[in-house]
Amino acid sequence: MNWSLILQWSFLIALVTAGIRLAVPVVLAVLGEIITERSGVLNLGLEGVMIMGSVAGFLTAYYLENGPMASAGGEWSAWLALLAGMLSGVAMGLIMAVLSVTLRADQVISGVTLVVLGHGLAAYFYRQAFSSLTARVSGMEALPIPLLSRIPVVGEILFNHDPTVYITALMVVAVWFLLFRTTWGLRIRSVGENPAAAETSGVNVGLVRYSATLLGTALAGLGGAVLTVVQLRLFREGITAGRGWIAVALVIFARWRPGLALVGALLFGLADALQYRIQALSQVERGVGAIPYEFLLMLPYIMTILALLYRSGRADAPAALGRPYVKGAD
Amino acid sequence: MRGIVKRFPGVVANAGVDFDLLPGEIHALLGENGAGKTTLMNVLYGLYEPDAGEIWLYGKRVSFASPRDAIASGLGMVHQHFMLIPPFTVAENIILGQRSPREPLLEDRSSVYERLLALSERYGLAIQPDAEVWTLSVGEQQRVEILKALYRGAEVLILDEPTAVLTPQEVEELLAILHRLVDEGKSIIFISHKLDEVLAASDRITVLRDGKVVDTVDASATNKKALARMMVGREVVLRVSKKPANPREPRLIVRELRANSDRGLPALRGVSFEVRAGEIFGIAGVAGNGQSELEEVIAGLRRATAGQVIICDKDTTNCSPREVGQAGLAHIPSDRYRRGLLKDFSVADNLVLQRVSSPPFTVHGVLRRDVIRQEAQRLVREFDVRTPSVDTPAGKLSGGNAQKMILARELARNPRVLLAAQPTRGLDVSAIEYVHRRLIEQRDAGLAILLISTELEEILTLSDRIGVMYEGEIVGVVDAREANINEIGLMMTGSKRQGDDVKEGAA
Amino acid sequence: MTELGSSPVVEPGSGDRASEEELSLAPEQRFQIPPALVNAGAPILGAIIGLLIGALLIVIAGRDPVEAYASMLKGAFGGSRQITETLLKAAPLLLTGLGFTVAFRTRVWNIGGEGQYYMGALLGGMVALFFPEWPPGLLLPAMLLAGVVGGMLWAALAALLKIKRGVSEIISTLMLNYIAVLLVAYLSRGPLQEPGGYLPESAQFVEAARLPGLFGTRVHLGVLIALFFVPLVYVLLWVTPLGFWLRAVGSKDSVAEYAGFNVEKAIFFAMAFSGALAGLTGLIEVSTVHTRLKATITGGYGFSGILVALLGRLHPVGVVLASVFFAALFIGAESMHVLSGLPETLAEAIQAVVVLSVLATDALAHRGQAE
Repeated sequence: MNWSLILQWSFLIALVTAGIRLAVPVVLAVLGEIITERSGVLNLGLEGVMIMGSVAGFLTAYYLENGPMASAGGEWSAWLALLAGMLSGVAMGLIMAVLSVTLRADQVISGVTLVVLGHGLAAYFYRQAFSSLTARVSGMEALPIPLLSRIPVVGEILFNHDPTVYITALMVVAVWFLLFRTTWGLRIRSVGENPAAAETSGVNVGLVRYSATLLGTALAGLGGAVLTVVQLRLFREGITAGRGWIAVALVIFARWRPGLALVGALLFGLADALQYRIQALSQVERGVGAIPYEFLLMLPYIMTILALLYRSGRADAPAALGRPYVKGAD
Repeated sequence: MRGIVKRFPGVVANAGVDFDLLPGEIHALLGENGAGKTTLMNVLYGLYEPDAGEIWLYGKRVSFASPRDAIASGLGMVHQHFMLIPPFTVAENIILGQRSPREPLLEDRSSVYERLLALSERYGLAIQPDAEVWTLSVGEQQRVEILKALYRGAEVLILDEPTAVLTPQEVEELLAILHRLVDEGKSIIFISHKLDEVLAASDRITVLRDGKVVDTVDASATNKKALARMMVGREVVLRVSKKPANPREPRLIVRELRANSDRGLPALRGVSFEVRAGEIFGIAGVAGNGQSELEEVIAGLRRATAGQVIICDKDTTNCSPREVGQAGLAHIPSDRYRRGLLKDFSVADNLVLQRVSSPPFTVHGVLRRDVIRQEAQRLVREFDVRTPSVDTPAGKLSGGNAQKMILARELARNPRVLLAAQPTRGLDVSAIEYVHRRLIEQRDAGLAILLISTELEEILTLSDRIGVMYEGEIVGVVDAREANINEIGLMMTGSKRQGDDVKEGAA
Repeated sequence: MTELGSSPVVEPGSGDRASEEELSLAPEQRFQIPPALVNAGAPILGAIIGLLIGALLIVIAGRDPVEAYASMLKGAFGGSRQITETLLKAAPLLLTGLGFTVAFRTRVWNIGGEGQYYMGALLGGMVALFFPEWPPGLLLPAMLLAGVVGGMLWAALAALLKIKRGVSEIISTLMLNYIAVLLVAYLSRGPLQEPGGYLPESAQFVEAARLPGLFGTRVHLGVLIALFFVPLVYVLLWVTPLGFWLRAVGSKDSVAEYAGFNVEKAIFFAMAFSGALAGLTGLIEVSTVHTRLKATITGGYGFSGILVALLGRLHPVGVVLASVFFAALFIGAESMHVLSGLPETLAEAIQAVVVLSVLATDALAHRGQAE
């Protein structure tokens, strides 16, 4: 394989641009999980939430484009599809919240089961709709930011994306602001650290945990929908390919901070983009030195383990993470 | 409060309690553990809903669904375990759960700080608004709690066992603050089981026993003996009688021991002492001065960074708990429920916990259920553990019986050294008497006992020698027969080391 | 003696945990569901709720749920052929479920059964491919052993990451799933590809490398192996001190360390054991169903085995029942798909709902006790 190709300037720009795009679903899911975990709820069902978001978003987009309302809702179909993704996330989040907050079931088990549920339901709904054909949707147009997108290199990398990229960037700031500058954020963090203390201070622990869980799964559902509606424009079973799990891992890597989450997700996106690019190059020149694409596909998963190796064993987690709160008894 | 009833599964915590508080008074609520004091106050504060009874406040009938309602009506509570969020700043803790003037945004920091400093000056509660709570001493955290209640406009302040974690000197300071609050027109409910404080601090005293009010009396018209009788319902043995110790060879030697806390900060800074066969060596000190780290290092549950632990001539520094046990140490852990017993396992399983894989309990790799049950039945009888059967899950035992079970298990291992950490925390009087009697008995039989307790009375009652711990050091070792409570108190606050003269005004 | 020392020592306890004392005084007297009833009742109730929600999904798809379920039932138990299929499906569920039972009893969250399954299949399959000339008496045991080793090593990797560096085993086992699948995918289209073949798969195993059928039926040795582990796991957990040790480590309290049990070894053992059974399952499946290595040798047992273990209340007998129930759902859904065109992934959704309902029922019963 010709490594010099990889090091070309244009190649690098394309790589970083794609990396940013590919990071979007993961960033959204990580942000969501940070909110949820900051409130003390460990939602391991993220992968299931994302895949439900991706199927709900995709089916909504498809029917809006091809159904009877095609003419009416055409240009808004992608936006409505993203909304549907969020709503399906909320529905999944509600299951998680009822189990872990109201019923105080084991959160690890609940989360893992939620993933299986998501996979089963998503595949059921999709196959119900399309028994064999592979459907596609039209996605979203790129929206270059005027002026800024004309800046050489930087403009191409940062300001020539579809709207979800910008929204996600704003979301990072918004989540940080929510957690650290609003009364609600203070409540979320207090409930994740010491729910008994929060309760005696007049915070409604259950309400805060519900809202944090639902908001978190709404973002994860949105992430899933972005993946199928805007980026890949198709749906397959298992299309999220572990992104939900990677997001859970990145929360640890990011030490429950939105800013670091962005960094972690971008690293993941770059690895993913690199893997696609090299795969494309390898196919061009199937030579002796070609790296089997399977090994490139492994890259994000190996990176996730390495990231955890580097971060684990530190006591940054919210103190009450994963622990149900029983009113009155400590 | 009229006729308050609160039931829990299997227990009636409050059986028709009447309680009234006059404006501007300090009213003590006295009673044993489990008498229902805390439950009564949690009902008043909206944490529990009463099964019957009514609450009247300033002539109006009220019912609180949550602490939020209680706070709005002018109640404030300082809980026994402080209800603070350790990684938050003082100011964040205080505004938590409050509406912000610019909702949904948090209130501007400087305006919060301003009001806090004004309040703290008015009531003499020195605090630093931007300090993170986990960096504060226990006494400072308590001030934050009081301030938090005042910030919310509390007129009635409930303090649940406020002195349990304080040194004698800090208790004095607290009482001074309380009197200042009363002078400012606040009313205070003071929950305690310590007679001296109750008599010193309060105007009136209500005694609770078994969830019922025994009597309400004026503090000026009663005395310790009478109160003790009301509290326990019988004459109280004032002291455990014990013979002079007959110490022999050193069994546990700790030399220049250093270790870090969970946060990686030095928690033990060169601790040295020895415990001899036939004596009880007590470690006194305010909670959080390295006692739990000391306990864990000796038991093999935490790494020492320097120094030595020697048990019966064997160097056990940084050995595993199993090796430490084999060297002759038995351990009654301070955190009974997290560390001392397996809640879902039977009493029998718990009683042979460390011995389960050796004969006669395991033969040829197979557990001998019958032998385990026999041994358990023997221990349950010998140590008077009240349990429906040895197959009952240990989590179902009451605190006293759980502790007896742990005591039985540890002594059944035939130890040479016993490490007893907070052995009576949260127990009722009869269980405490029992544990104390057993410990003295074992001492007389030649066991070396290291007693770690934050209860000064317990240390004074049981120990033959007392080491005082402050900030990870033993600041003095005194003979219990010559112990002076004030001197120990000063050492506990670090104002005095052994050999120093008492500094004027250091307290 | 000083003032305080002479005061009556009424109650030296600091009053800590008073509320807990009050809560845990005596055996419960209030209404309470007997634990045994919860244990048996919750899965049955869960199954009913799961099937009801499944019916709802069928209705949403515009079909008749009674008809659909009837076709499922017939597909799973309608004849000896159907029953054989169900049994063959239950065996791998049982085997992985038993492994997870040991892991979860130790509170080791091995979510990596899928990867361990693949690695067991890979190592065992390589034995079959490299030594086709060996007699069955040597080849089959060698394959089984290799399957066990493959799964065990893959799980051990996650165990080491957890013990040495504190890496959450949930995440690491999951990531290792993807890596194992990709590794097998590469090898079976690359170095292990059938010489001269076009498809991305290895050569077919020789006849000697296939687990023999029993008594002339399609029910093969793998079913017996799975059943053999039922009493074994029971004995391991409740008759040996090792099991006591594992369960002690698995109780939420941090007692095990205090009591001198080696927590790290327990975690390692539990992880390796569950990995070994997943690997063994993988080998059995490639030896009997797929008879060659390729990327798509999965039956999803790595995940459904987890649900089987949970539904079976982490008890070997319960796991047997749960595995048959799940197998019937799978096999039944396949025939339902053929007959009515409903997607067979309905089975997966129903299974998840069943387990979620069990979790909810358990939690509800537990709440009734705690309050």
